[in-house]
Amino acid sequence: MARYLAGRLAQTLLSMLVVISIVFFLTRLSGNPIHLLLDVNASERDQEILTRHLGLDRPLPVQYLIYVRNICLGDFGTSILTRRPVTEHIWERLPATAELGFVAMALSVLIGVPFGMYSAVRRGTAFDSGARIFAVLGQSMPAFWLGLMLILLFGVILGIFPAGGRGGIEHIILPAFTLGYFTSAAILRLTRSAMLEVLGSDYIKFARLKGLHEQVVLWKHGLKNALLPVVTFAVMLFVQFLGGAVVTETVFAWPGLGRLILESITTRDYPIVQAGVLVLSALYLTGNLCVDLLYSYLNPRIRRAGA
Amino acid sequence: MPLLAVEDLKTYFFTRRGVVKAVDGVSFTLEAGETLALVGESGSGKSVTCLSLVRLVPEPAGRIVGGRILLDGDDLLAKNPRQMRRVRGKQIAMVLQDPMTSLNPGLTIGTQVGEVMRLHQGIRGRSLRERVVDALRRLRISAAESRLGQFPHQFSGGMRQRVSSAIALSCAPRVLIADEPTTSLDVTIQAQYLELLKEVQAAAGVAVILVTHDFGIVAANADRVAVMYAGRIVEMGTTLQVFNNPRHPYTQALLRCLPDVDLKREQLVEIGGQPPDLAALPPGCPFAPRCSERQPICERSLPPAVTVDAGHTAACFLAVATPA
Repeated sequence: MARYLAGRLAQTLLSMLVVISIVFFLTRLSGNPIHLLLDVNASERDQEILTRHLGLDRPLPVQYLIYVRNICLGDFGTSILTRRPVTEHIWERLPATAELGFVAMALSVLIGVPFGMYSAVRRGTAFDSGARIFAVLGQSMPAFWLGLMLILLFGVILGIFPAGGRGGIEHIILPAFTLGYFTSAAILRLTRSAMLEVLGSDYIKFARLKGLHEQVVLWKHGLKNALLPVVTFAVMLFVQFLGGAVVTETVFAWPGLGRLILESITTRDYPIVQAGVLVLSALYLTGNLCVDLLYSYLNPRIRRAGA
Repeated sequence: MPLLAVEDLKTYFFTRRGVVKAVDGVSFTLEAGETLALVGESGSGKSVTCLSLVRLVPEPAGRIVGGRILLDGDDLLAKNPRQMRRVRGKQIAMVLQDPMTSLNPGLTIGTQVGEVMRLHQGIRGRSLRERVVDALRRLRISAAESRLGQFPHQFSGGMRQRVSSAIALSCAPRVLIADEPTTSLDVTIQAQYLELLKEVQAAAGVAVILVTHDFGIVAANADRVAVMYAGRIVEMGTTLQVFNNPRHPYTQALLRCLPDVDLKREQLVEIGGQPPDLAALPPGCPFAPRCSERQPICERSLPPAVTVDAGHTAACFLAVATPA
């Protein structure tokens, strides 16, 4: 097990290095920040001074090595625009993203798992059809459109929820639903199909033969086995939420990490883009690692094989 | 009063193809401590009969449409779901055919054995653990104590069947239904398992309904036999009566199918034709199309069960015509 863990860890670190390199070179391809930072009428000399100040006059490989070394030392540089350390910017935005991701995930699981389960139990009934329509809608509606429609309905017409920004609980409902609808639909469908398979098994029949209450049969004997694929899926999605909520964050003016990266791309604030993408990749890779470990914990057969 | 009396039980499946009469007027009794074997081909209604006894026929397609199931004179078909749950596992327990799939792969053996006792006997904590170990030991599962935390995949097929039997027998049920419990076990393990079951049965005084299509197992284990065909019992009697003096042509044909070492039969005998479609049964005897002794009357009306000897009945028109 320890060897497996060490191997997976090394793999993760190597992936990180690849990500760092890709991010570094890609941002260099997106244009010269000097033109954005300085006034159109700035003199050649001003441009030269700024270029040298930012270290952009050095050859690319040197820039790259300095960059990698600094990251290893925990220094992600300072924002070109605000001159504040990049880490500060990221720490500022991370809680908002985490909050949104967490609420959206909780919502997806709370909707997806029970509805998926009862959809399987009441297969072919009106409840099942309703749940499946809900799922198809959720998987086919793009987040930017759903977000705008929700703002229009609840924010503008009904005026129940604020249309954007971060604040109390009323602020998070619309963006969390927008972000979570797709995933709740996906979790619902996954739970439903896994549950259908489990319900047809002999051990469910045997559990009923024991005289157990139907709810115990479903939740204890059924759901635990049906949840295996769902848990894997949900953790991966949660990690994606932490970074991939750019669209939702933009639509709802949610001050999260995704929007910080988007803003920094338009202002060519390299250090922030690089660090932001890096943080997201690190989250994603860690999530991957967690899923692997979680899976082996949940499935006793894998646990034994790995030990 | 018999322990269990099934009277004219009818379980139908309502499908798109029509009404499938899986169990169509089955009646039998079971005394405490005895073993009744239910034999017949696949699809003859053995398993559905068993599931009907605990009212776990797959709904909504399957429904018990008629009859009575009396356990100690108490009609199970009149019970509500809550009362029925107290019968399952406590009064009537069941062991399924495939031990590889009848245990939950995600729960430990200790949990799976313990939950029945907790449910029906309200035992908790340390004494529950002791009782679980006892239940496993009774089925000769070695080192039971250390295996409580193990999962089903760490047990062999024969061991798993013992675990399911330990679960079934843990609350001292009155009736144990064993639905082809040895079909998926090795022959040597089969004999071992059945011996063990007999022993436990004798000790606990539980009545057993043994579903099988293996006449060898019937001869060695059953006190009485009921032969099923197309959802009905066509012949029923003590094991000796049925083996020595089979009166229904179907039973006779089944017994002829057995390979016989003494006779050095070169080829196995088979019963020609197919079992009938249960959704479109002929008006007469369902076995008539395959019967070698078919009479004109067999295709017109259904033969009633006639008593040919004390406790020996056969549902055949010929059964009356040829006294023993």
